[in-house]
Amino acid sequence: MGRYLLRRLLLLVPVLLGVSVVVFLVLHLSPGDPAEIMLGSQASQEDVARLRADLGLDEPLPLQYARWMAHVLQGDLGRSIRLRQPVLGEVLIRFRATLLLTTTALLLSTVCGIALGVLSAARPRSLVDRLSTLGSIFGASMPSFWLGLVLMVCFSLWLGWLPASGMYGAHGTGGLADLLSHLALPAVTLAAASTTIIARLTRSTMLDILRQDFVRTARAKGLVERGVVLRHALRNALIPTVTVVGVQAGYLLGGAILTETVFAWPGVGTLMIQGILARDFPLVQGCVLVIALGFVLFNLAVDLLYAFLDPRIRYE
Amino acid sequence: MRLPRVLRRIPRNQLALAAGLVMAAAVLAALLAPYLPLLDPDAVDTRNRLRPPGSPGHLLGTDEFGRDMLARLVWGGRISLLAGFATASVSMLVGGLLGVHAGYWGGRVDTVVMRLTDILMAFPYILLAIAIVAGLGPGLANAMVAIAIVGFPLYTRLARGLVLSLREREFVEAARALGSSDRSILRRHLLPHLLAPVVVAWSLDVGAKILATAGLSFLGLGTQPPTADWGSMLATARTFVILRPHVALLPGLAIFVVVLSLNILGDALQDFLDPRLRHG
Repeated sequence: MGRYLLRRLLLLVPVLLGVSVVVFLVLHLSPGDPAEIMLGSQASQEDVARLRADLGLDEPLPLQYARWMAHVLQGDLGRSIRLRQPVLGEVLIRFRATLLLTTTALLLSTVCGIALGVLSAARPRSLVDRLSTLGSIFGASMPSFWLGLVLMVCFSLWLGWLPASGMYGAHGTGGLADLLSHLALPAVTLAAASTTIIARLTRSTMLDILRQDFVRTARAKGLVERGVVLRHALRNALIPTVTVVGVQAGYLLGGAILTETVFAWPGVGTLMIQGILARDFPLVQGCVLVIALGFVLFNLAVDLLYAFLDPRIRYE
Repeated sequence: MRLPRVLRRIPRNQLALAAGLVMAAAVLAALLAPYLPLLDPDAVDTRNRLRPPGSPGHLLGTDEFGRDMLARLVWGGRISLLAGFATASVSMLVGGLLGVHAGYWGGRVDTVVMRLTDILMAFPYILLAIAIVAGLGPGLANAMVAIAIVGFPLYTRLARGLVLSLREREFVEAARALGSSDRSILRRHLLPHLLAPVVVAWSLDVGAKILATAGLSFLGLGTQPPTADWGSMLATARTFVILRPHVALLPGLAIFVVVLSLNILGDALQDFLDPRLRHG
């Protein structure tokens, strides 16, 4: 396991370098002078010149990258033009809200997805199976931001059960119940598509496994069906499921950007969009970097978990 | 070509037939928008703001500026459909060509291309598109460029994998022994094998690209006002969803129905063109 871990960590280096180059280049994709774009047309020549010097825009590109990288490695992501403060602190505060939303959605979609998949596989062509098949067709075609609006109209507007936006109510207690009631709709919205994907994969894996000899043996031994499905089949079905759950974790992190915007959730996604519309490049770079890092680390965690569950991987 | 046989078989699958009819109607409406008896989609009428569907003169109601929803949905569909088809096609051409060359030549070309796709795939799909738009600046053209860039690794991997397995097969070896040039082997022997799987991937990708463009527009990074696509219609409607849900529900429903139809058609196409991938 130790050697596998080391190799996996080494493989991370080129990926992280690539990510950093892309994030760095975001600033330089812009047509025209980034300093002028950031400060707007009202800015004085001196201000533009000062920002150019601050960002080191007059130097050759590789040197700029090296300097930027050196700062990033020391935790200095630059100063936000709009917020007038260091980017890192703000991004990290916002990232906690994003992480809360993403992990809740991930838990929700994993538990519901596996449960739906197992139920559908245990009773093919039953009502649950049909509904979950229908759900998986819909899940892949429905824009998540629209689903969010529909849920908002139903549960906030018509039924009045849940708050429509934000993380804490203006007059709320600020406690756990307040947070959970605000979290419910965004988490369900974000989890919906992943739930259907996990359910579909679990179903097909379970169906394959339930046809195998050892399951027949277990049944022939006289085990109750419940034990066969849960103890024998599900255990084996979990390995591919872990992989797809990992992939979903990354998508959820990206999808959170849209969900946050629908529900005005104060996460990195909303911060990044505000940054883009205000042409605040350091802020945008910080947000992209943090989300991309989160994605890479999520994937690493999944690979390690996978290797832990399936010893064959370690010796490839 | 196998297409005629496909066309003969599709009607047996009623779901695919329905999806095909929906798509045909959507594409026709988008193409013929200038000639249809629609109101001006940008004509502001402040006395008739936020009318519900079924109002006189406005079959699907009006939006927050009193603009006709039906006209805006049709004209918005023009942009959304164009964006979906165009970005998926560019991704397919660029990604497919890169993949074919990486797989056929191997070596350094392969390494460079595959590392590039690795880096692009190290980002969540939508995040990378947003990052590119952040650099280029918001706007429909830039959003489409971003989505096409983000989408090509899918085709690169698919084409490369196929070419790698085909390259060593006997018929390629035979062609080489007969003195065929690399160019003609690629064109006459490999390309026909790639066509079916790549077209299937493309047909399933168009819907995803429509969703992605709508997503960027929803975030305010795509189409800019007063021009609207379905995503930006949803974005402005968000403010008024409490007052009049229809302004938000209709554009979303349009995206949903079109993407659902595309996915059903893609699945059907996959069953016909690529029996190996047929699912039970």
